[in-house]
Amino acid sequence: MMNELITLIIILLKIVLIAIPLILFIAYLTYFERKIIGYMQSRIGPNRVGIYGLAQPFADILKLISKEIIIPSTSNRYLFIIAPLLALAPSLVAWSVIPFSQGKVLANINAGLLFIFAISSLSVYGILIAGWASNSKYALLGAMRSAAQTISYEIAMGFAFVGVLMASGSMNLQDIVLKQQGGVFHWFFLPLFPLFFVYWICAVAETNRAPFDVAEGESEIVAGFHVEYSGMGFALFFLAEYANMILVSTIIALFFLGGWLSPFENIPYIGVLFSWVPGFFWLFAKTSIFLFLLIWMRATFPRYRYDQIMRLGWKILIPITIVWIIVLGLAVQLKLPPWFS
Amino acid sequence: MLIESFIFYVFAAGLILSATGVIFLKNPVHGALSLVLAFVASSCLWLMLEAEFLALILILVYVGAVMTLFLFVVMTIDLDRDAHQPTFVRYFPFAVILMAVFAGILIFIFSSHLFENHFVKHPEDFSNIQSLGEILYTQYAYPFELAAVLLLIAIVAAISLNPRTLKSKAHKTQIIENQIDIHRKDRIRLVKMSSEKKP
Repeated sequence: MMNELITLIIILLKIVLIAIPLILFIAYLTYFERKIIGYMQSRIGPNRVGIYGLAQPFADILKLISKEIIIPSTSNRYLFIIAPLLALAPSLVAWSVIPFSQGKVLANINAGLLFIFAISSLSVYGILIAGWASNSKYALLGAMRSAAQTISYEIAMGFAFVGVLMASGSMNLQDIVLKQQGGVFHWFFLPLFPLFFVYWICAVAETNRAPFDVAEGESEIVAGFHVEYSGMGFALFFLAEYANMILVSTIIALFFLGGWLSPFENIPYIGVLFSWVPGFFWLFAKTSIFLFLLIWMRATFPRYRYDQIMRLGWKILIPITIVWIIVLGLAVQLKLPPWFS
Repeated sequence: MLIESFIFYVFAAGLILSATGVIFLKNPVHGALSLVLAFVASSCLWLMLEAEFLALILILVYVGAVMTLFLFVVMTIDLDRDAHQPTFVRYFPFAVILMAVFAGILIFIFSSHLFENHFVKHPEDFSNIQSLGEILYTQYAYPFELAAVLLLIAIVAAISLNPRTLKSKAHKTQIIENQIDIHRKDRIRLVKMSSEKKP
């Protein structure tokens, strides 16, 4: 009994240790997004609160907390309140299997890849329920678009995961990363390049970010599924979107870019020079690259048309992944060096 | 053991509650959502039985894909249409008979010798997925492939029944090839003109 209690407390402490830096990271990601897009559009972005506007996220949080929560009178009250929580929960739960460095993971389970895929498929419920419970035309339209988009892109995403699974021969996230040992050219993004590309497109679509943000589509359906939300309800959707951004960036870094492995591995002199850098730093750096890419894409690309999104998902991405899985099967069977020998 | 049984009872109670909710809730969307909850609860019970592959696939396929489509349909149909029909009483006798048959079968199976202490606790590094995959692709490879072909036939049939593929005149579609094959000069004309002269 006592032992079980102690284990529970240790697990809780670990969760806090993961969750609090994550939420801070999310808060500053919103700041960096505004700053980066600002500079890309020849503005300077937030610069009033604190030095260089560094306290801006906290000002935003205070503003959102102190705002009134409006529940529309014709809405479905309980589902309306639950929906933002359902949107946020999956993006936090998935962190339980993410390894930050060798052995530094909350739950080192064998089916890690499947777990992440299953949990990320749940994130659509928050949006779907929010859209329906708001009892508003725009919200329902946004929810419908989001649901259709998520289902379409999940298939291509699943096939990309199958490719990773075939290349590594394991569903354990640690094993997947350790299989990529031996320098940049051993990372999976080279033998799985089409899948890497497809996964990235699917990841952007899954997070409902530009250019796939038809679920929000400000110019067409106001704000889509969260049009009726104010204050904390809106803040939770916002948090969920950014948590998902960090999650997909971390997953792509783990699966295709060698996770916490150093890029200078096996290079004489330089490899030794960088051997003291903790693995967590490399994972953070690789994740940041993709986060920047997400923000960059938002500042650059116009929104896709809805039927084009569907066409891209079903008629282009899925065939590419299927063809590459067959090629990959041959490569694994023939033990193609240096990746599968 | 205490925590384990606590978790079991929480999810078992959740499963029963949400399963009854599927039947008794008036609003079809609420019914579908409690079916989702029932799936999640039963997948947690499967996880406790060390069947992690089945549990995660249940969430992935049924909760992530099938129920999303289901909700999609339920949300778009007219919700008030059959809210006032008292169908429960009319079908009650049949439900009781069916329930009795199912309960009888279940009791018969669970009391037979098939279920005598067959549940073995596996060591910690045992991979349920790996052993399942090995059986599925060796011993049961043929039925597995047959099931896949069957599903493919169903997909092809569903697509071929779509009015869009039947090429009806009334249905307007986008011709993507023409949209992609567009050049700048077709859409934009840059005109160079001098600025207005001052009078």
